[in-house]
Amino acid sequence: MREIRFDLLLLFIAFYVLLAPVLSDLVISKLDRRVDLSSQMVRTTTSLKVENNGVGTVSEILLPFPDHQAKDLAFLMVTISEGKGKIKGVSGSLPIRVVKPEETPPALSWYLVSLPKELGKGESISLDVKAVFTHILRPFPEKITQADIQLLAFQDSAYYLSPYAVKVQTLTVKLPEPKVESYTKLENTKVSGSEIKYGPYENLPSFSYTPIVVHFVNNKPFAVARELVREIEISHWGNVQVTESYNIHHAGALITGEFSRLDYQARPHVRGASAFRNLVAKLPPRAHSVYYRDEIGNISTSNLWGDSAKTLLEIEPRYPMFGGWRTSFTIGYGLPLQDFLFQSEGKRYLNISFGCPMDEVVIEKLVVKIVLPEGSKDISVSVPFPVNQLEETKFSHLDMVGRPVIVLEKSNVVPEHNQYFQVYYKFNSLSLLWEPLMLISGFFFLFVTCIVYMHADLTISKSSASYMAKLQWDEVQTAIQQFQNIMNRCMTVHDKIEASLRDLSRTGDVQACKAARKAADSLLKELSKELKPLLSFLQSSPQAVQILPKVEELVAKEKELQEKLMLKHSTVVDCYEKKLGGRETENRVASVQQKITLLRQEAEDLFEIIDEI
Amino acid sequence: MVAKMDKSATDLLTSPGVSSLFKSLKLKTKQQELLIRVTILFLVYVLAFITRLFSVLRYESMIHEFDPYFNYRVTQFLTEKGFYEFWNWFDSESWYPLGRIIGGTLYPGLMVTAALIYWTIRFLRFSVHIREVCVLTAPFFASNTTLVAYFFGKELWDTGAGLVAAVLIAICPGYISRSVAGSYDNEGVAIFALLLTFYLFVKAVNTGSLAWALASAFGYFYMVSAWGGYVFIINLIPLYVMVLLITGRYSMRLYVAYNCTYILGMLLAMQIRFVGFQHVQSGEHMAAMGVFFLMQVFYFLDWVKHSLNDPKLFHTFLRITVTCAVGLGAIALGVGTASGYISPWTGRFYSLLDPTYAKDHIPIIASVSEHQPTAWSSFMFDFHILLLLFPAGLYFCFKRLSDATIFIVMYGLTSMYFAGVMVRLILVATPAVCLISAIAVSATIKNLTQLVRAKGKASHSASGKGTTSSKASSKGSLDQSLPFQRNGAIALLLGAFYLLSRYAIHCTWVTSEAYSSPSIVLAARGAHGNRVIFDDYREAYFWLRQNTPPDAKVMSWWDYGYQITAMGNRTVIVDNNTWNNTHIATVGRAMSSYEDEAYEIMRSLDVDYVLVVFGGVTGYSSDDINKFLWMVRIGGGVFPVIKEPDYLVNGEYRVDKGAAPKMLNCLMYKLSYYRFGELTTEYGKPPGYDRARGVEIGNKDIKLEYLEEAFTTSNWIVRIYKVKPPNNRSLKCVGIALLISSIAVTMSYEAAKLIPTTSSELWLCFHLGKARSVASPGFEKLI
Repeated sequence: MREIRFDLLLLFIAFYVLLAPVLSDLVISKLDRRVDLSSQMVRTTTSLKVENNGVGTVSEILLPFPDHQAKDLAFLMVTISEGKGKIKGVSGSLPIRVVKPEETPPALSWYLVSLPKELGKGESISLDVKAVFTHILRPFPEKITQADIQLLAFQDSAYYLSPYAVKVQTLTVKLPEPKVESYTKLENTKVSGSEIKYGPYENLPSFSYTPIVVHFVNNKPFAVARELVREIEISHWGNVQVTESYNIHHAGALITGEFSRLDYQARPHVRGASAFRNLVAKLPPRAHSVYYRDEIGNISTSNLWGDSAKTLLEIEPRYPMFGGWRTSFTIGYGLPLQDFLFQSEGKRYLNISFGCPMDEVVIEKLVVKIVLPEGSKDISVSVPFPVNQLEETKFSHLDMVGRPVIVLEKSNVVPEHNQYFQVYYKFNSLSLLWEPLMLISGFFFLFVTCIVYMHADLTISKSSASYMAKLQWDEVQTAIQQFQNIMNRCMTVHDKIEASLRDLSRTGDVQACKAARKAADSLLKELSKELKPLLSFLQSSPQAVQILPKVEELVAKEKELQEKLMLKHSTVVDCYEKKLGGRETENRVASVQQKITLLRQEAEDLFEIIDEI
Repeated sequence: MVAKMDKSATDLLTSPGVSSLFKSLKLKTKQQELLIRVTILFLVYVLAFITRLFSVLRYESMIHEFDPYFNYRVTQFLTEKGFYEFWNWFDSESWYPLGRIIGGTLYPGLMVTAALIYWTIRFLRFSVHIREVCVLTAPFFASNTTLVAYFFGKELWDTGAGLVAAVLIAICPGYISRSVAGSYDNEGVAIFALLLTFYLFVKAVNTGSLAWALASAFGYFYMVSAWGGYVFIINLIPLYVMVLLITGRYSMRLYVAYNCTYILGMLLAMQIRFVGFQHVQSGEHMAAMGVFFLMQVFYFLDWVKHSLNDPKLFHTFLRITVTCAVGLGAIALGVGTASGYISPWTGRFYSLLDPTYAKDHIPIIASVSEHQPTAWSSFMFDFHILLLLFPAGLYFCFKRLSDATIFIVMYGLTSMYFAGVMVRLILVATPAVCLISAIAVSATIKNLTQLVRAKGKASHSASGKGTTSSKASSKGSLDQSLPFQRNGAIALLLGAFYLLSRYAIHCTWVTSEAYSSPSIVLAARGAHGNRVIFDDYREAYFWLRQNTPPDAKVMSWWDYGYQITAMGNRTVIVDNNTWNNTHIATVGRAMSSYEDEAYEIMRSLDVDYVLVVFGGVTGYSSDDINKFLWMVRIGGGVFPVIKEPDYLVNGEYRVDKGAAPKMLNCLMYKLSYYRFGELTTEYGKPPGYDRARGVEIGNKDIKLEYLEEAFTTSNWIVRIYKVKPPNNRSLKCVGIALLISSIAVTMSYEAAKLIPTTSSELWLCFHLGKARSVASPGFEKLI
């Protein structure tokens, strides 16, 4: 580490000599730099006031960063500050592009900021430069035991590195805790609490450089996601399903030696200070159906709170994350469609945030996949920063041609990238019905096939004996069913006759009774007529040999029953006409009645026997 | 009171509304009956499926237990890599350093079935995960089993019995125990295949149709591909045929059915690589072949009898032929066995016939909890009232003896015997018990309802005639013939329904309480009645998966092998496919040796991590300390240096202060209780109080020399240790060697350490190691 610093020092001395006279039209009259080290990312905020002391107008400002920082530069934003600490929104950020000015050595990366209006002679402008670096904090020592605290080393220059001369400048380094192991002491260095102040330094020429190192305690979670795949699937049935697969490791000092659960349980904040237990994801409001799982199943250690502004999901990995330990998991949640999908100019567009919902997680590679419904057309994406864009197809439930998927890739993503982006597409609402219709028709055809199968005769040999027998048996069965039907009707007629007799005993209406009997007579005659062809068929059929005697017996019994009933009827009616007493009538009928009961019983039994066949 | 109830019941039966309903039903009886039957079957089908989903609803859609994890892993491989890759798969992640040829050492039926279901669903454009398919395979097949049970019951008795059988088997705990969602094991599919084969065979015997026999052969093929329990079929069917032959029920139908099923089934079964030529080479399959030849002799004799027409001559001929046939068969069997062509019965087979065999000869079989003899309580637990209905069903079967009922009687009796021998075989007995009980239930209820209905009708027809004296007299006469018959019938009917409803309640309770926990996630009730989840297994496996080198070898007792490979994705030394007893014994020996001896063994096996399961903190009783005696026994069975009495005190197994010194210092003890002595587990108890065994441990000051704690789960259930690399140790060796100034020993020791391949060198290794361990404390200070 020290060697590198030494090299850099040499390099910058070289610059000094070479480049001092170049680009000196501008002067930075006042500069405040704040370096925030309170997380694993390094956030620097530089407010600078630029004055044009040259002759011509200037419309661009150069911002150099040393290469070793520039390669870890995740986010850079320049805004015009108006008054003290008042910063315009993201929309006010100035366009930045990477340039490579001639006659500059390769150890610097240059960013060119275009000013909104040209800076005339003597004019000045105040700018805020916000930069976020990842991975530039080095754990030192690199390996610690479970009980050790994590120490980090941060190195930078005490002077602002600039191609312009700086009149007055200060540097403030903010630490997470007021515990500093060591720091480079220069003139005008102050430590107050968790802040180290360098400066003010006055009238420094361009490319001034003085290295400083701060060695400090930081037990903040060093959660770095090697890869995060966010899949955002739009369903026009009213849901946006977000699935995020994380591949996280602890990028701080590696743990060495034993991991003792006993120590960890007894004093988790001492014997495990460098580990992190949980992560908090800030999900949009009204997130529902939240899950948290990994390759081997559900993880039961998570909590969910929600209010109207946000939903908080606290997840705990299966084990405490010590330095160098890895884990992977997936969280998923559904969001209401109307909160994220809008329409404009005949197009629909999805407006959703780009980055990861967890603060303090650095993502080395972020892949955002937007799965649009099947049949979407004219897809375009607008993202506020440069990303890699690919297209894929995904097959989900009942897809025929697949859903178009927009894949956006970006490396080195920090929470500052958590900005909204838009995906525009065209989609016909009628296409929604396509999949349910497919299901319905699928079931429909299934049932139709079943019906066809039930009705179709798939016998190969139509003349085989067993087939013929089966056919005949079917016929016999239908015949017997008809026969039973008729018999049942006979029985109901018998019941009617009995009922008419009861009516007679109650009302004494002989005529009605006689009429009822006439009707019954004719009905029975008709029924016996119907019965005849059936019986002859059963007699002729060889399949009905077993059942025929029973059938015939039943017919005989029914006949007898009929006769007896008629006899009883006429007797009773006779008695009535002769105005005989009830007791005598009963006596006369008694013998017939007994027979009827018996016959009925027998008929019922026969019925059951036939039924069982 | 009872009389009143009876009266109201008869009123209900005779009321005009109900009678008219009966009549209207009678009009289109056939269709209506079909409709009702199909509806009931459909409901049973759905019921069988959903009653097995308790675990999914309570926990999650996950694979349970141990073996299913292997099946799941294999299925994943099959769906990712395709069939041929699967068939040729050499798995180097298990049985390190031996490896395992997966394609040749498993029954592929389950995995292929699940993969086919998966591919079908994918083809129908439903994007499901293979895990969901695997989790739901067992319930799906359980539903299918209910259909087979219906058809089987119909074939055996009548449609009523079939329906009852379907209902009984749908919720029978004995079957549910192995077919809940997530229990992705061979048995889930195999019971379906078993019952299907039996049904098709009985159908073939009943009809004498080649088509059914062919179908039965394919059913048998499926069974062979799915589960090793096919041996039961290949022995039960010949036994059944034998019984039919003896009882003089030989028929052409039987001849066709058996020959076709046996020959085709055998040829098909040979296509399964794991089974191979066992059907003609293994003693366990010889009964079927013997019966096959016997059938031919029978047929031949039948033909001779038919053409000879002389009883006396025929009897002489019969005697000669039978003697010759039996003699030939015996000679062939003898020669085959002696020459080694026919392998003798395996230990597992013996242990079935003689329950005490395994305990004396094969400790690895006896060590599995599901191989223990069954207790009465588990019969009651798994069968409930079926246990009482079973003899009643047997009575009905004997009363109406036919080819089919003889089969079910034999199936029931033999499987009941096996269920008594081993707990897990209750599963095989369950279908038989359900079918036989269904016959009992169906026949009883049918008889009773007939009685009730006859009475009902009589009273109905009588009441139709008003209050005439004749009616009263006729009724009286009928009643007098059988006093209280109707009341008795109704009471019995109510009793039967009460019993059946108790059965349904019991089944639901058992399913929800006992059989629906995934065993990988433990749940307990907290102090406030809330549910506490111990997810320690997955915590440890996931830690292994994420934080160890991809080629790390993990040593653990074989129970956890499948889970470590499937969830931890790391190589294991031994796993649940206990095919190599010596290898397991080596691990058992390492666990029961002193640390330094164990270290040599672990070095020779290339072990990087050691995983032990420990329940002392949570009171989880099926941990490694409680299994430890089996490790000693299995280890001692192969390596006589390990002696069981060394670990016992007066024949007692203890871990407290009174434990045997070897016990207190063996590797398993050390790894389980490392730093446990500093932990207070229960209020009011001294530190180091083991909650699983309820004692204070005997050795609280455990120092590990060759291992270090790598990870312990939050409830201490799984503890993982890292085996330290040997670099500084060899220095120490040299130092010791210099001190004792015996260069020869050093050289031989170094040689042994470098190539510990042959056993003699290994022995040397151990020997020296021990000598050093005695000497080391003093020397260490010197160095």
